[in-house]
Amino acid sequence: MSINATLIGQMITFTLLVWFTMKYIWPPLFESLELRQKKIAEGLAAAEKGQEQIQLAEKKAKSLLLLAKEESAGIVTLAQKRANEIVEESKDSAKKEGERLLLAAKAQIEQEIQQTKESLRKEISALALSAAEQILGAEIDKTKHKEILTKVSKQL
Amino acid sequence: MASEAHASDGSTGYIIHHLTPFSVGEGFWTLNLDTLFFSAFLGGVFIWFFKTAAEKATTGVPGMVQNFAEMLIEFVDAQVKDSFHGKSNLIAPLALTIFCWIFLWNCMDLFPVDIFSTVGSLMGLEYLRVVPSTDLNATFAMSISVFCLIIFYSIKIKGPWGFAKELLFQPFGPWLMPFNLLLKLVEEIAKPISLALRLFGNLYAGELIFILIGLLPWSLQPLLSFPWAVFHILIITLQAFIFMVLTIVYLSMAHEDH
Repeated sequence: MSINATLIGQMITFTLLVWFTMKYIWPPLFESLELRQKKIAEGLAAAEKGQEQIQLAEKKAKSLLLLAKEESAGIVTLAQKRANEIVEESKDSAKKEGERLLLAAKAQIEQEIQQTKESLRKEISALALSAAEQILGAEIDKTKHKEILTKVSKQL
Repeated sequence: MASEAHASDGSTGYIIHHLTPFSVGEGFWTLNLDTLFFSAFLGGVFIWFFKTAAEKATTGVPGMVQNFAEMLIEFVDAQVKDSFHGKSNLIAPLALTIFCWIFLWNCMDLFPVDIFSTVGSLMGLEYLRVVPSTDLNATFAMSISVFCLIIFYSIKIKGPWGFAKELLFQPFGPWLMPFNLLLKLVEEIAKPISLALRLFGNLYAGELIFILIGLLPWSLQPLLSFPWAVFHILIITLQAFIFMVLTIVYLSMAHEDH
């Protein structure tokens, strides 16, 4: 149990070990540790960024959806309005057409009445003439009394 | 001592046999070959393990070896960052080497005490002591190396005059210069001595108790050696840790400029 030259040998061994560790072991291992740390930090940052982007995209999608809903609602109201308008318009035009048809029918009826009246008048005047002829015999000359006859028939 | 051990028999002989190093040479120039061999071998194990890890080191997913090496490196680095605030390329690798080497030395303590001496005697070695930390030379070699570093950094950081001023004028001012010097010298020299003796004492005592357990009847041995070995797992790690942390603390004190 005494101090002897082993001490010197041990010190040399120790120095060599420390030197070797310092030169060849610590730097590469520590460097890889630091690099990995950096990598992990970057990965985490990227993940966070990705999440943020997702949130942003979600927000955007929501707002787009809202916009689309609004737009579609607008379109629907517009379409309803337009449909109403069309219905009104067609109602109007139908009314007008009906009125026009009614007027035309009325005009035609009037015309027919006139025609009938005219033909009746003619027939009556002819009848009256023939009756007068029969009553008076041949005393009435058609050509002579034409003026009177027309007057009478007009009064009918 | 060696001849006494050889001569006497029984339990004393057994104990002395287990605690005598295999050495060559005379006087101061004695070399404890077992200490030198096992510490160098364990240093080789340490270097081999970490070199493998360092060569295969990737920044991607680490393998088992790299993972373990990195765990140790981070552990040591955290200790260094905790107590050492300067910037030095030496201290962290130094601390790692000290921790791992001492830990491996101490681990030899957990092998059953008779295995290596029996194998050694089969190989024709009269004595074989496999735990380098039970050799004062090994622990002192390490603590004296650390002491040299403390002195070196004290002078390098504070300058020769600054270091001398610290030795002479602290803690009681210039009027008590001799007393200050005495106090400071004791303080400085206590560092390597306490480092070396603490480690040596713990491991020597631990080994001694294993040897004493080895003297008991075989049926009793597991009852005692198992708990002691489990407890020793704590001791060997703790001693390696204490040596490392104190080294860091002493070196950071050397770096502090007052």
